[in-house]
Amino acid sequence: MADQKRHRMGHRLRDAVGPASSCPLVDFTVVLAGNANVGKSATINQLTGSEQVTGNWPGKTVECAGGILQHEGYRIRIIDLPGIYSFSTYSAEEKISREFILSNHLDVVINIVDASALERNLFFTLQLTELNVPLIVVVNQTDLAAAKGIFIDTEALAERLGIMVIPTVAIHGKGMAALSDAIVQTAKNRTLPRPVPYGKEVEDRIGQVTALLPPDPALSPARWTAIRLLENDPDVLRLAGDHAPKAVAAARQYARELEMMHGEPSGVILSGERYHIAERIARSVMEIRPLSAGNIPVSDRIDRLALHPVAGYALIFLVIGGLLVWTFIIGAGISEYLIALLSSISPVHPFVAGSVTDILVFGGWTGLVAAATLIVPYVVPFYLFLSAIEDSGYLTRISMMLDQGMHRLGLHGKAIIPLILGYGCTVPACLSCRILETGKQKLLAAFLVTLIPCSARTIVILSVVATFVNIWWALALYVFNILLVIIVGRIAFEAVDGESVGMIMEMPDYHVPSASVVLAQTWARTKSLVWIVLPAYIIGGVAISGAYSAGLLDPINAALSPVTVILLGLPAVTGVVFVFGIVRKEITILTLAAVFGTTAFSSVLSPVQLIVFALVTMIYTPCISTIFVFISEFGWKKAAAVAASETALAIILGAVAYRLLSLFL
Amino acid sequence: MALEQLEEYVEAIYDIEEREGTAKTSSIAKCLKVAPASVTEALQNLSEKGYVRYEPYHGATLTGQGMELAQKVKRRHRLLEVFLTDILKIRDENVHDEACRMEHTLSDETECALCKMLRAPSRCPHGSLIQPCNREVADCTDCLSGEEKPSDLREEPIVSVSHLEPGQGGTITFIRGDQKVVQRLSDLGLTVKTVISLIRKAPMEGPVEIAVRRTKLAIDRAIADNIFVSPVVEKA
Repeated sequence: MADQKRHRMGHRLRDAVGPASSCPLVDFTVVLAGNANVGKSATINQLTGSEQVTGNWPGKTVECAGGILQHEGYRIRIIDLPGIYSFSTYSAEEKISREFILSNHLDVVINIVDASALERNLFFTLQLTELNVPLIVVVNQTDLAAAKGIFIDTEALAERLGIMVIPTVAIHGKGMAALSDAIVQTAKNRTLPRPVPYGKEVEDRIGQVTALLPPDPALSPARWTAIRLLENDPDVLRLAGDHAPKAVAAARQYARELEMMHGEPSGVILSGERYHIAERIARSVMEIRPLSAGNIPVSDRIDRLALHPVAGYALIFLVIGGLLVWTFIIGAGISEYLIALLSSISPVHPFVAGSVTDILVFGGWTGLVAAATLIVPYVVPFYLFLSAIEDSGYLTRISMMLDQGMHRLGLHGKAIIPLILGYGCTVPACLSCRILETGKQKLLAAFLVTLIPCSARTIVILSVVATFVNIWWALALYVFNILLVIIVGRIAFEAVDGESVGMIMEMPDYHVPSASVVLAQTWARTKSLVWIVLPAYIIGGVAISGAYSAGLLDPINAALSPVTVILLGLPAVTGVVFVFGIVRKEITILTLAAVFGTTAFSSVLSPVQLIVFALVTMIYTPCISTIFVFISEFGWKKAAAVAASETALAIILGAVAYRLLSLFL
Repeated sequence: MALEQLEEYVEAIYDIEEREGTAKTSSIAKCLKVAPASVTEALQNLSEKGYVRYEPYHGATLTGQGMELAQKVKRRHRLLEVFLTDILKIRDENVHDEACRMEHTLSDETECALCKMLRAPSRCPHGSLIQPCNREVADCTDCLSGEEKPSDLREEPIVSVSHLEPGQGGTITFIRGDQKVVQRLSDLGLTVKTVISLIRKAPMEGPVEIAVRRTKLAIDRAIADNIFVSPVVEKA
C-alpha cells in the first residue's frame, strides 16, 4: 500500500514539473497498443466517453493527450498509440511507440488483439511482455471471429501469459466494464506478464547476456535489452555500447553463433521464434468450428467488383468524385445559411478602417466567420464521409488499385490517403503523411498534397470559373491539376534524395462503419483545423484589416504589377488579392469583390482573366497554416523551397495560360 | 548436338510454352530462325536426352530436367542483361543478343559472383522475373554480406509469389533481398516455412493480395517478386 502511494505521488511529481504542469492530475496512466484495425479507437471511445481528446500520435504533447476514465474513484488517463505490428526500428511510429512505453513509467499497457487473427497479433503481444510493464490483453471483435467460426478461450490465454485477458466487442461496448475493473486491478497490483521463453538455444544466450548487463536504469528491463542486443538493434546497441561493452561483445558473439546455426540474420531468427511461439499459443487457446454455410464471404464478393481491372477504377472515380461533388453541393447550402446567420450578429467585411479596436474586433470576427463557414459546411462533412468510407475498409482497396501508379511518383498506394484528404484541407492532409515509411516518401507526399485544390481553393474555382465562365472550364482546371500533380511528382521523385520502400498493408474485411470510430477519426483530422487554421484566420483577418487601414493596398499593387499586369494579364488591383490569399485562399473572392465593388466578376474580368486568376490561386504558395505545418514537419528550408517553387510555377503557368487562352477565348 | 544449340532450343521452348502452352515445331522454327525440318530433328534428339516430351505434329513440352536447364539458362541470360545494361551501359538494342551469346559460357562461379555484385536483382531490364539460384538457403544475407559458405543445392522447384495463380499456395522457402527486406517481412509474419496462398493480383502489375496467418496482406509486386514458395501440389 505504501508502494502504491509512492507511485501515485510520482505521478503528481511528473505532472507538476515540466511543460505538462497544466495537465489535469490523474491516478493512473494507461496506453492502448496493438496492430492497425483492431479497434483501438472504438475501445478508447467506449472507455472515456465522447468528452475526450484522442491523441492518435504520441508526439510532444502526449502527456496531456488521451481521454479520462473515471472508475472506482480513480482518474485514469488513457492514451492511444499508433497501430504497429512490431517494435523493430523499421518505421518512425514503431520507434516512437517503443520509446514512449519505455520512457514513461506507465501503470498499464493494454494490448488490443484481433480475435480473428490471434497468431499475428500475439507476435506483438510477446514483444510487449518483454518490456516487463503491467499488461492487459484485450481480445476484441470476438463477434466477427465467431462469425468466422473462431472461438478464443481467454481464460486459457490469461493462464499462459500470467495476466488478465478480457474478451470484448468494443464497438458495441461489450466487455468494457470488465476491462475497466481489470485496469484498476492491474494498476494497483502492477501485474507483470510471465516471460515467455524462446527455444533453448536462443533462451540460453538471452540469459547469458542478461547476466552481463549492469543494473543500470537506462538498460532496464534487462531481458528486453538482452533480446534487442541479440537482434543487433542499432538503437539499443548504441545505448549499451557505453554502459555495458562486455554484454555488447557477448551479444555480438552469440548473434553470430545463432546466424551460423540457422543461416539467417539474428533479428529474423528471433522474429521467426516469436511467430513460432505465437502460433503455438494461438493453437492451444483457439477453437475453430467449421462454418455450415459454404458461401463465398461477402468481402470477397465486394472485392470482385472493387478490385476489378475496369469496374474497380470506375468505382474509385465514382466514390471519390461523388464524395467531392456531394460535399460541395450540400456545403454551399449550409455555408450560405451560416454566413447569413453570422452576418446578422455582426457585419463581416475584410476591409475595416478605423480605430485599433475596430481593426482587432472586426478583422478578427471576419477571420473567425470565414474559418467557421469553411470548416463547418465543407471540411467536416467531407472528412465525415471519408472516415465512413475508410472505416468500411474500402480505402485500402483504393490504395491497392492505385499502388502501381503511385510508384511513378516515388510513392506507394497508402499515399493516396493524404492526397484524398487534401481535397478537404491541406493541413490535416500534410499531417497524415506520417503514415508513410521513409522521410523521402513523407516529403514527396506532403509536397503533392499542397498542390491538390483544398476546399478553400475549390470555392474559388467554383465561384470564379464555374459561375462566370462555365462548368467545363472548372472541370478542366481539376483535370489539369491531376496532370500537374503527376508531372511535378515525377520531377520531384527524381530530385529528392532518399529511399522509397514498397507497400505492405493489411486488408481488413469490409464492415459497416461504426459511428464512434468515424466520429473519432473525423475529429482527429479536424482538430488540426481548430488549432492551426482557426487562429491563422483570426490573426490573418486582423492583419488584413490593419494593412487596409495603413493604406498598404496601393503600394502592394504597384510593387506586384510587373507580375500581375505584364506576366499574367490581370488588373493591377489583383496584387493585393494574391497577397491576402496567402492567409487563406478563399479570401481572394471577397477581396476581389471588395476592390471591384461588385460580385459579378464577368463584368470586370474577361473569361481568360477569370481562368488565369483561378489557376494561379490554385497553385501559388500554400496558405500560412500549411506553411506552418510544413515547417514543423520538415523544417523551414523545405517549407520555403515549396512555397517559392510553387509560386514560380503558378506565375509561369499563369503567364503561359494567359497567352494560349487568349488565342481562342 | 552442341551445348549452345541445346540450350538455345530449351530456352526457346520455355518461352513459347509460357506463352502458348505447347511449343509447336513451326513456332520454334520461327523463334530460332531455322528450317522446320531441322527443328523436328533437334526435338527428337532432345527427347532422347530427356529434356523434352515430343509428340510429332503436336509439339514439345519441357520435362522436369528440361525445365531446370531452361530456368538456369534464363537466370544467366537475365543476370547478364542487368550487368550489360546497369554496369557496362551497353545500348538497349544490343543487350539481348549480347546476353544470348554470353549465357552459354558462364560458369557457376561467375554466375554467383555476378548475382552478388548486382545485389541479387529481381527483374531483368525488360521486366521479366529472375529465378533465384538453386542453393539451399533461406535468404541472400550471407551471400551479400560476404560470409558465403558453400550451400547444398535445392531439390524442390520454387516459384515467386508474383507467379502464383489465385487460389494457389505454398510454403515460403526463400526470400531474396538484404537484411532490411527480410526483417520487415518476418516482422509481418512472412518467415521461412510459413504457409501462404495468393488471393488475387491487382490489375496493371499492382500489388498481390495474399492470405497468411489468418489475415490478408496486400504486398507490392516488387516485394512479392522476392518471396519464393515451394508450391503445394493442387488437391484433386
